[in-house]
Amino acid sequence: MTDWTNRVQEISGVNPRKCMKCGKCTATCPAYDQMEYHPHQFVDMVCTGRVEELMASKGIYTCLGCFACVERCPRSVEPANLIEAVRLAVIRQQGGNHMKPDQIPGLLNEELPQQAITSALRKYSKGG
Amino acid sequence: MQRIGVFVCWCGSNIAATVDVETVAQTLAKEPGVVFSTDYQYMCSQAGQELIQEAIREHRLTGVVICSCSPRMHEATFRKTVEKAGLNPYLLEIANIREQCSWIHKDKLTATQKAVILGRAAIAKVQLNAPLTAGKSPVTKRALVIGGGIAGIQTALDIAEAGFPVDIVEKKPTIGGKMTQIDKTFPTLDCAACILTPKMVDASQNENIDIISYAQVEKVQGFVGNFSVTIRKKARYVDEHKCTGCGLCTEKCPQKKVPNEFNLGLDNRRAIYIPFAQAVPKVATIDPNYCAMLKSGKCGVCAKVCTAGAIDYKQQDQLITREYGAIVVATGFEPIQLDKFDEFAYSQSPDVVTSLEFERLMNAAGPTGGTLLRPSDGKHPHTLVFVQCVGSRCDGAEKGKSYCSKICCMYTAKHAMLTREKYPDTEVYVFYIDVRTPGKNFDEFYRRAVEEYGVHYIKGMVGKVTPQDGKLKVQASDLLGGRQLRIDADMVILAAAIEPDKTARPLATMLTASMDTNDFFTEAHPKLRPVESPTAGIFLSGACQGPKDIPETVAQASAAAAKVIGLLVKDSLTCNPCTAKPDELMCNGCSSCEKVCPYGAITYVDKSFRGPNRTTLIRRVAQVNPAVCQGCGACTVACPSGAMDLLGFSNQQILAEVDAICR
Repeated sequence: MTDWTNRVQEISGVNPRKCMKCGKCTATCPAYDQMEYHPHQFVDMVCTGRVEELMASKGIYTCLGCFACVERCPRSVEPANLIEAVRLAVIRQQGGNHMKPDQIPGLLNEELPQQAITSALRKYSKGG
Repeated sequence: MQRIGVFVCWCGSNIAATVDVETVAQTLAKEPGVVFSTDYQYMCSQAGQELIQEAIREHRLTGVVICSCSPRMHEATFRKTVEKAGLNPYLLEIANIREQCSWIHKDKLTATQKAVILGRAAIAKVQLNAPLTAGKSPVTKRALVIGGGIAGIQTALDIAEAGFPVDIVEKKPTIGGKMTQIDKTFPTLDCAACILTPKMVDASQNENIDIISYAQVEKVQGFVGNFSVTIRKKARYVDEHKCTGCGLCTEKCPQKKVPNEFNLGLDNRRAIYIPFAQAVPKVATIDPNYCAMLKSGKCGVCAKVCTAGAIDYKQQDQLITREYGAIVVATGFEPIQLDKFDEFAYSQSPDVVTSLEFERLMNAAGPTGGTLLRPSDGKHPHTLVFVQCVGSRCDGAEKGKSYCSKICCMYTAKHAMLTREKYPDTEVYVFYIDVRTPGKNFDEFYRRAVEEYGVHYIKGMVGKVTPQDGKLKVQASDLLGGRQLRIDADMVILAAAIEPDKTARPLATMLTASMDTNDFFTEAHPKLRPVESPTAGIFLSGACQGPKDIPETVAQASAAAAKVIGLLVKDSLTCNPCTAKPDELMCNGCSSCEKVCPYGAITYVDKSFRGPNRTTLIRRVAQVNPAVCQGCGACTVACPSGAMDLLGFSNQQILAEVDAICR
């Protein structure tokens, strides 16, 4: 188990081991055709410790968050909550900052309050 | 002065791996009254028992404490052991150092300390034990079977064959149960009615069997060997003895729009009806919810056409009270309601049916005469989708049932196979999570469906069913093929989970028989006593104990019958001498004990006592019938003046145990 695997389970509160691999989440998913990994696959990938692969995939942003899989999962696994946790993990990963201090001068704009830039920096950079 | 022997069992490594048995034996040897203390590998073995008996004789023991497994396991064994050595069997105490100690602890030091404390408590109690003598109670040689499905019928037939009278109480107008609604039976595909109806006839013709149909158990009193049961026989408004079952009334009744429960509402029946042609008893019944005569007094057609004069609009419910030695529960199952599963569109489209409804649609005696037709438009379906595990194997009560319903894999394979055999122009899909087919010739049967009949088995689940333009749009996953499927189906068949019949829970309360959280009856031991309830004299037959197919049900039904016969051949039973006993001088006549007694063992009498100055006082005091008392102890707790005591478990003994634990 990698740290991220534990972290994703912690953020989501989901226990992927409850999955009985019925595939109802994938059966019910309206965004199936757009996805690289399908709901039952990402539950399995969290279970088998392949969270980094998920984090690197653009596919996680194709989940609509419609919660159909959460509603219909017979085992209360909540796949959509898991994918949301993977997205949060991407945001929170250290070093993978979306904004760096040296970008700030370029962003300065008379109409933009400086407060907004400070907030953005706080939100999108999580240390070195 | 007491002379107590302590025997500490290793139970192989079950106890000895976590509890230092030698230390326990040595420590307990120092307890007051203990004159002998030892440990041994298997106390319950022949050699172990002889060791105990020898010690009793050699050390002239007056009490024995065995530190071993739960008393539920071996109390009876060890009571016999000490009795053979000349000691009263109730001068034995068991300290449970396995289930309540070694099995639940990991740390050897803690477990050893706890074992010593438990042993100490048992020693403190045995000091106060008094010899008790068990009485005898007679056995009523008649059995009651509750439920007249295949389980109840088989049990009743076997008991009757052994020569004992047996009554079947069935809540429906006919016996036969769920099996009457089934078309074919797996894995041999013989017709259910062809193998069931002869048994129903056997039951009705057997001199030892009395079928009480359209009736329900209302009250149960007494105890093993001596039950008294009140049965409410509902008014069917037809004299059972006069009705010939000709069926003319059921053709002439003008009330034609009554949903036919036998066909699960897929067609209609009349207000007076015989559920099906082979019903036993074959007697008409009037449905009071629909009969115009009973509701408004205007009609009377059935009475006019009945040549036997059997119609009796004034019939009343009848209460029958009978005595029984044993009671068998065979209340069976029901498919669950599907209102929680909107995604399968069960309530939106008549073409989405349950598997039991599908049985009726395939059955020659069903609403379509055995031709498979779509309920919505009566057309022949070409694409059929079967969904397994609907409501089974779910997480918690909110989602469905946590257990596997066990029978669905096989009946779905049967449905799929029969559909393909009868209609080769159909495409049949089965969506499965796992295919579970353990059983004789079961997996071969499923493989035949796939290999010979070309049923498409797809590992995955249906996510959504949408009725659209006369079709059912099915969206599903194909996990092995790695794709999402969209199928335009004509019919969708849901393998709904099964649950115990709704009457089981109130019945369990009446019988004081225990149930699990799913309302299945609990067996006395899951492996070694599978057909007995923990309540003495109550036996379990069929699906009321857990999901079961027909072969298993019949096997269990016969097993339950064997246990009943074993009880009924006895002329008397040994009673439990650990019964409640009131101290009349302390009893204040408040009736608290009478109210809490679940067995009705306590009554109150007026008794004269000598008062001061040669006066006589009449006081109301409690009396316990020891033959009825089961020694549950509820009264001893309820009694506000401490007048009630349980022999063998007196308040003084319990407190001595507590004191020993707290020492």
